[in-house]
Amino acid sequence: MSPNARIPPRWNSLDAGQAAFSVPSLLVSVWSVINQFLEWFGDLGLFAWQVIRAAVRRPFEGRELIRQLDEVGSKSLPLVALAGAAIGAVLSLESRSSLVRFGAKSMLPVALVYSIIHETGPIVTGLVVSGRVGAGIGAELGSMKVTEQIEAIEASGVNPYKFLAFTRIVACILMLPLLTLAADFCGVLFGWVAETLVEPVSFHRFISEGFAGASFSDFLAPTLRTAVFGLIIGMIGCFQGMRTKGGTAGVGYSATSSVVLASLFVILADVILVKFILVFFP
Amino acid sequence: MMHLGQEALLAVQESAISPSMESLGRKHDGPAVILRGLHKSFGSQIVLDGIDLTVENGETLAVLGQSGTGKSVLLKLIIGLQEPDSGSIFIHGQDIAILQLDALNEIRKKMGFLFQQAALYDSLTVEQNVAFPLKRHTNMTQAEQRDRIKELLAEVGMEGDLKKMPSDLSGGMQKRVGLARALALDPGILLLDEPTAGLDPITSGEIDELILKLQAEHDMASIVVTHDLHSAKTIADRLALLHKGKVQIEGSFKQLEESDNAFVAEFLKRDY
Repeated sequence: MSPNARIPPRWNSLDAGQAAFSVPSLLVSVWSVINQFLEWFGDLGLFAWQVIRAAVRRPFEGRELIRQLDEVGSKSLPLVALAGAAIGAVLSLESRSSLVRFGAKSMLPVALVYSIIHETGPIVTGLVVSGRVGAGIGAELGSMKVTEQIEAIEASGVNPYKFLAFTRIVACILMLPLLTLAADFCGVLFGWVAETLVEPVSFHRFISEGFAGASFSDFLAPTLRTAVFGLIIGMIGCFQGMRTKGGTAGVGYSATSSVVLASLFVILADVILVKFILVFFP
Repeated sequence: MMHLGQEALLAVQESAISPSMESLGRKHDGPAVILRGLHKSFGSQIVLDGIDLTVENGETLAVLGQSGTGKSVLLKLIIGLQEPDSGSIFIHGQDIAILQLDALNEIRKKMGFLFQQAALYDSLTVEQNVAFPLKRHTNMTQAEQRDRIKELLAEVGMEGDLKKMPSDLSGGMQKRVGLARALALDPGILLLDEPTAGLDPITSGEIDELILKLQAEHDMASIVVTHDLHSAKTIADRLALLHKGKVQIEGSFKQLEESDNAFVAEFLKRDY
């Protein structure tokens, strides 16, 4: 097999002369990308406005909201708990060797607890839920769009922005902080398990040392910021799903783009919100 | 081509000026559906180019035409799923173009829509699909809803499949359940998008008979979009043939057969 055999023909056939491009064509390409991005944002804004308008009108679709709370919350719990536990154990094992090297082994519980509560728990929960729920919403609504089910809902006099989008977005907003608490708990618990396997320490002592000096605001701000992650995941999943075009390929694109965009915006929001939290809860 | 008298049009326009929710519930004496100068384009492609049609209460109109002539778009305009570029759509005297979403939804409750692929909610059972509009738009008790669902499914011959999922049903069965769901709120207008598309001739015949039976029992105005001339001839009182965005001809099947219009003759020859 030649070295170029795996390269797609389109690229394989390009020589240096063809690959070169002019500055105007580069500007046009860049402008096209910026234009598409702005257009996407504009459409997202209009979608958000439709959802807000639908949200304030009766009926409030309580049953569907409860179903979505179960779908987003209960069904994500095992995965989030597992991810939290794994991160806690790894953090404990990795931190231990570093702290021992600097003679600060006794700082392990507090380092672990602060790390998990402040950053690792929220961001891991956000990214795990982006993957599971974001993809699920994008694929489900995308599939409903291409099979005319969303139009059937609308034709029967029910507002799909409320019935499908609002309920899922609210479920994500409400469930993310609760799932974060679960991830935090599992992270701390399995951090202790990992530590106690190396050097036995009572759970009570580990927790006492870990939470020494921690205040309510240490919990509150980082946990509540995941509500913003929930808003992002729900909004992007619903938006990408409800604008699906084409057949099964379109559904696949919606599911993938929901995960990618939701994860990207969760990370960006995390950076911005951490700065805000440091300003308001120093 | 237009069957709308000047007086009826004036009455329609008068009622459209003040669209009151009260009028939705009362029986309307005028035509069920009036389309006036309807235009719709997608980009540079003109799909509907000035459609004028009237459907009386209790009447069935079949809209025929080649694929891509805007037949399905026409139905989606009538139920407000898409907006026309220009023109008016009067449903029981109400111009839906000027209605707010809540008022439009009230109108939609008076219409049943059977989608081309039935569009059953695939995460719900047959029973839950039919229950969907009942749960949202009626004050029926659980027992009343169950009775109504059984009655509707019995009407379409699906009473034994309450707990089945849509994926477990054949195309014809899905259409039957879609019909039951469309009839759940006892609509005054029924819109059918290709009810026999993708079905074998025997199942198509069964669906046609079912539609005829339901029309007789429910006394609805119906608009059937189809390119199946056999089906149109069986179930429709009147036919309208769309071509290049316009109503090429409108009348009974006999009138279509007697037409000396070249396109009409070609259409009948190829499809019948």
